[in-house]
Amino acid sequence: MAAGNYEKYKSDGSLGGNLLEWVDARFPATSMWKGHLSEYYAPKNFNFWYFFGSLALLVLVIQIVTGIFLVMHYKPDAALNAAGVPIAFASVEYIMRDVPGGWLIRYMHSTGASAFFIVVYLHMFRGLIYGSYRKPRELTWLFGVGIFLVLMGEAFFGYLLPWGQMSYWGAQVIVNLFGAIPVVGNDLSILVRGDFVVGDATLNRFFSFHVIAFPLVLLGLVAAHVLALHETGSNNPDGIEIKANKDENGIPRDGIPFHPYYTVKDIVGVVVFLMAFSAIMFFAPEGAGLFLETPNFYPADPLKTPLHIAPVWYFTPYYSILRAIVWNFFGLDAKFWGVVAMGASVVIFAFLPWLDRSPVKSIRYRGPITKVMITLFVICFFILGYLGTQAPSPMGELVSQICTVFYFGFFLGMPWWSRMDKFKPVPERLTTK
Amino acid sequence: MSNQGKMDCGRRRLIVATAAVGGVGAVAALVPFVSSLLPSERAKAAGAPVEVDISKIEPGQMITVEWRGKPVWIINRTKEMLETLPKLDGQMADPKSEVASQQPAYAANATRSVKENLLVVVGICTHLGCSPSSKFKAGAEEGMSADWLGGFLCPCHGSTFDFAGRVYKAKPAPTNLEVPPHVYLSDARILIGEDKKGA
Amino acid sequence: MKKLLISLLFAPLMAFAAGANIHLDKWPGSVKDQAALQNGAKLFVNYCMNCHGASFMRYKNLLELGLTEQQVKDNLMFTSDKIGDLMMVAARHDEQKKWFGATPPDLTIVARARGELGNAGAGADWLYTYLRTFYQDDNRPSGWNNVAFAAVGMPHVLWELQGTQVMNPETHKLELAVPGKMAPAEYDKAVSDLVSFMVWMGEPGQEYRRTLGWFVLAFLGVLFVLAYALKKEYWKDIH
Repeated sequence: MAAGNYEKYKSDGSLGGNLLEWVDARFPATSMWKGHLSEYYAPKNFNFWYFFGSLALLVLVIQIVTGIFLVMHYKPDAALNAAGVPIAFASVEYIMRDVPGGWLIRYMHSTGASAFFIVVYLHMFRGLIYGSYRKPRELTWLFGVGIFLVLMGEAFFGYLLPWGQMSYWGAQVIVNLFGAIPVVGNDLSILVRGDFVVGDATLNRFFSFHVIAFPLVLLGLVAAHVLALHETGSNNPDGIEIKANKDENGIPRDGIPFHPYYTVKDIVGVVVFLMAFSAIMFFAPEGAGLFLETPNFYPADPLKTPLHIAPVWYFTPYYSILRAIVWNFFGLDAKFWGVVAMGASVVIFAFLPWLDRSPVKSIRYRGPITKVMITLFVICFFILGYLGTQAPSPMGELVSQICTVFYFGFFLGMPWWSRMDKFKPVPERLTTK
Repeated sequence: MSNQGKMDCGRRRLIVATAAVGGVGAVAALVPFVSSLLPSERAKAAGAPVEVDISKIEPGQMITVEWRGKPVWIINRTKEMLETLPKLDGQMADPKSEVASQQPAYAANATRSVKENLLVVVGICTHLGCSPSSKFKAGAEEGMSADWLGGFLCPCHGSTFDFAGRVYKAKPAPTNLEVPPHVYLSDARILIGEDKKGA
Repeated sequence: MKKLLISLLFAPLMAFAAGANIHLDKWPGSVKDQAALQNGAKLFVNYCMNCHGASFMRYKNLLELGLTEQQVKDNLMFTSDKIGDLMMVAARHDEQKKWFGATPPDLTIVARARGELGNAGAGADWLYTYLRTFYQDDNRPSGWNNVAFAAVGMPHVLWELQGTQVMNPETHKLELAVPGKMAPAEYDKAVSDLVSFMVWMGEPGQEYRRTLGWFVLAFLGVLFVLAYALKKEYWKDIH
């Protein structure tokens, strides 16, 4: 994809043409356009699951643009105003009521946060079923896991900003997790909070991370993710390398230019997504209490924990894993192992390219073991997610322990079960309906 | 582009239609963002009309009240002060208050006021927004030239104004000081920011 | 296989059920009933706002209930004279903390805060139940207790209207011991109006939001038809 591979633009003599020629001599405009869009050959059999990459990019843009406008009105300040309400909390309601159009921008941002995770989870699931993380796309996958981690941090920091009860106590619990690390834990918690409790200092640094540090890193990782993908070319539902079969011009026989074919297709995906997004945003912005949790309509009160606190839905599977670990090992208490398990449950995605030993990539040519394992994994993920929203119960604990064991068993056993399966022969060319 | 040649009419029409409708949507999506830049309800509440008690302003005195975050001067002019005005007509950039934006119609008169003695002006220089200081004493006593008849001096760039807020000729400020909309609720009370009582 | 996976992904999202341990009466009101909202605003200002603020609301918002500025100023504004002012309590919050032991919470968005996971509308039902289930209890410092909010700190400020209820120790049901100014049905209607106002106040723009939503969806529907036709047009090249 090096800049020199494409001929520079030659002006047709018109004013616009001259300008473009001038720019192109100094900037890789043509080569970027061709390399990433009009002459980027993508497999022609992308299906439903391939919408979510471009949709994730769309949600990222929505979050950045709405975020820029929210920052103009939001105030990260835990002090009380004249009515006895924290200024940060009041500034969110100020945006909702007093700023013209503010309610819509805020709902876009809060709905966008959940939409981001829905889209990213579906995008990751696509990678899982079609083996998109396999050689030669390991780095694309690793950048993707990086994006996922940063996104979780971004969401966590952002969730504190409305300074509601759930914001406050959620941050309190998660920051205290660092306390579980032996020896340095407590000091680390204090370092993260900048105070002995979650307070104004915490709110201000979380604000800084949320609006500056993490978005910058996120953008860099997204660029790296796309560049790495365009270096290797996209995988597809058949898991076949289209570059292995090129025509006399060096163009993959099963490839079609991303632009215009996939741009027009993705526009359809974008419109459908926006319809679903608008339906939630305009008719159920609370997302049944999952997107905007009801206790967060109370301002943060350091003296009163809500009866039942739960993280936002996109964190609950990992939160369940945290709660499932109740045993002490090696002289370290369960709290520590819970944190380790929770961290491992997220980071373990990074190892998929090396855990999967199946001779074929796509689920289409893999046998019943793979299908059963992936189905059970998805079920476990949902059960863990559901239990994480619920108050602890003995039954829930047992179920979450079973699911946790399977969750890790799925990954750690993959080098064996992925090889044991029955495989179907992979065709040489893409299959299209 | 390679497929330009086979681009048929139907395809072109569809591109135009989709782009047009999509463009309308994009513009509509801008509305909340652009409107969020406008003054909020809080700003509007802070900019609400201000009621002022004017019964205690002695002749020759001035009070300053805040309206929309700007100083508004209310000056009870003495007869001597008013007498300076016609004398200065020749030195003024806009002696007859002809620039309509600088005062409501009811203040476009010789004294630039509703009641002859009471001047209500926004104390913000029309040059670059500094607040002029009062130099009420005639002559050189307050650091002005000997032929000074009294008025205001902007400390930033030296624009000078008379007792009706009119700007002297050949000064940086282009127009007279602004007379805000105001209405007398009674002899003792004035409402600044609104022409008539009640919205 | 594909269909199975999709249904697996989406089905559990619907499975959240709300489990409440007290029975909540269904709030019979609506935020579209302007007369009820006006009545609710009057009750709120007269009874609630002595202690509780609605500090995210401006008096100006009340104009949206079909009232004129003069009506709002004459009937609903006691602590302020500017229509753009926030609906604050006259007392300072730190003073209140001294008097009551806690600052009475701001009520602007209490109807949203009282919702439940899977049932955001439950906040209205809770308020409707709460305001109707105060009963006399001499063991409480205020002399009042509540079915929906056990050991509540707030006294029954509407007792003049409802009368005094007592808890029958055998049936565990509330009985009206001393009638109030209003008949029970009348009182229920008044509380329903008050709750309507509080639900509306939680998001005064909620009806506008829903209306706008229909326009946006209709627009996207048109765009979808065009975008889909465009995609079909291009993809007829691909075999």
